[in-house]
Amino acid sequence: MSDEDLINEVANAMYEMVKEYHGKKNFKAMDLTKAMKQKYGEDKVNKALCKKAIRQLIDSGRCTYSYVGGSYITLPAGS
Amino acid sequence: MTTNKRETPLIDQLEKGPWPSFVKELKKSADNPMTNDLLGVLERSYNDRIGHWKHGGLVGVMGYGGGVIGRYCDLPEEFPNVAHFHTMRINHPAGWFYTSDVLRKICDIWEKHGSGITNMHGSTGDIIFLGCVTDELEPTFSDLTEAGFDLGGSGSDMRTPSCCCGMARCEWACYDTMGFTYDITQHWQDELHRPAFPYKYKFKASGCPNDCVASIARADMSIIGTWRDDIQQDDAAVAEYVTSGAVDIVEDVVGRCPTQCMSWDGEKLTINNRDCVRCMHCINVMPKALAPGKDRGATILLGAKAPIIGGALLSSVLIPFYEMEPPYEDLKELVEEIWDFWGEHGKNRERVGEFIQRIGLGNFLEQIGLEPTPEMVVHPRTNPYIFFELDEDEDEEEED
Repeated sequence: MSDEDLINEVANAMYEMVKEYHGKKNFKAMDLTKAMKQKYGEDKVNKALCKKAIRQLIDSGRCTYSYVGGSYITLPAGS
Repeated sequence: MTTNKRETPLIDQLEKGPWPSFVKELKKSADNPMTNDLLGVLERSYNDRIGHWKHGGLVGVMGYGGGVIGRYCDLPEEFPNVAHFHTMRINHPAGWFYTSDVLRKICDIWEKHGSGITNMHGSTGDIIFLGCVTDELEPTFSDLTEAGFDLGGSGSDMRTPSCCCGMARCEWACYDTMGFTYDITQHWQDELHRPAFPYKYKFKASGCPNDCVASIARADMSIIGTWRDDIQQDDAAVAEYVTSGAVDIVEDVVGRCPTQCMSWDGEKLTINNRDCVRCMHCINVMPKALAPGKDRGATILLGAKAPIIGGALLSSVLIPFYEMEPPYEDLKELVEEIWDFWGEHGKNRERVGEFIQRIGLGNFLEQIGLEPTPEMVVHPRTNPYIFFELDEDEDEEEED
């Protein structure tokens, strides 16, 4: 699997996690990174890769940042 | 458009007195409906003794997690023109230098898209645009980027680095504060715009220990200029201060030295530079006679915060002397070690200084790979029960 494919896969997994817990739990970037490291293993997924996946997630408009007493990654308004 | 100006008897009191008044300034643009409602909601808050703003939420510009602070009025029917009144933080140029042409451009952009009210500059250092409706955020951002500006930080990210005017205007600057600030702003764009930390992280760069940007009290990482060699001393100029009567050298200089590291024998000022703590007092009193040494750099300190309710926490020494030569690679590596460790183990809304207090400085230093030095100690410990832990190598040696 190429790096780009892995970034896409991790971004999708992050998106599913944010979607599943939407309205119940807020995730920070580090929460998503920790969860992905646990899911894929630290030998496969590291912080730099997660950073790129989050960037993809935000730039694609699937997720957005919110501020609720801290900055979180969440679904855009109206989702 | 004619606006019915609101009656504001309570906040009118803030116009009295010799000091500058933000109410007076706001009233100058009260023909703008947003400003008029802003004055109205403030008057209402003074009457009700409660704020009428809610902040936070989902507002921002595409791709960025910082730079826009959502603000909504909780009385939108009464004050419809400030129902959305978002704040935009615009990354200022290092040292706050502008051309008048650029200032006009910024103001034109803001009058076109927002309330026209600015705060030059906010306590973060940024140019603050006060009062934008949600639909105008992207167009404002677009015009700003075209004019060469970008948003600053907000939320749990690296905040817009700020600095004193440094070598541009100050002879005491021990390093290029503006160059350093520009460098780290460019280097950590991702950290500035995409919040990934437990809480905010501020850099403030002061060129000398006078610390004109109060970095020691306000920045998570304070970079304060200092020197390693002796204070530069011009004995003839010292004598001139004394003979002209401009300075009472015994009372105003020697007597106020916090470490008593200097003496005056009636003819010559003698400084024991080994005991000097770089407080800058003598240099400030006799600027023509004394100056910081020539071997200059900065002290790197960590962990300040200036809370509204709790007590202030000043930053503590992390690196006693750093040469501050671009591209500052060692410092950048250390900062990223700190971010990794704090990011992994910090609690939500826990500043790095609070994190260090919680886990202990010893553990923190071990994790970021920095050796303890005497300069990190604030005062001698009062607990007499000190336990030394031998490291593994020493253990093995003893067993051998």
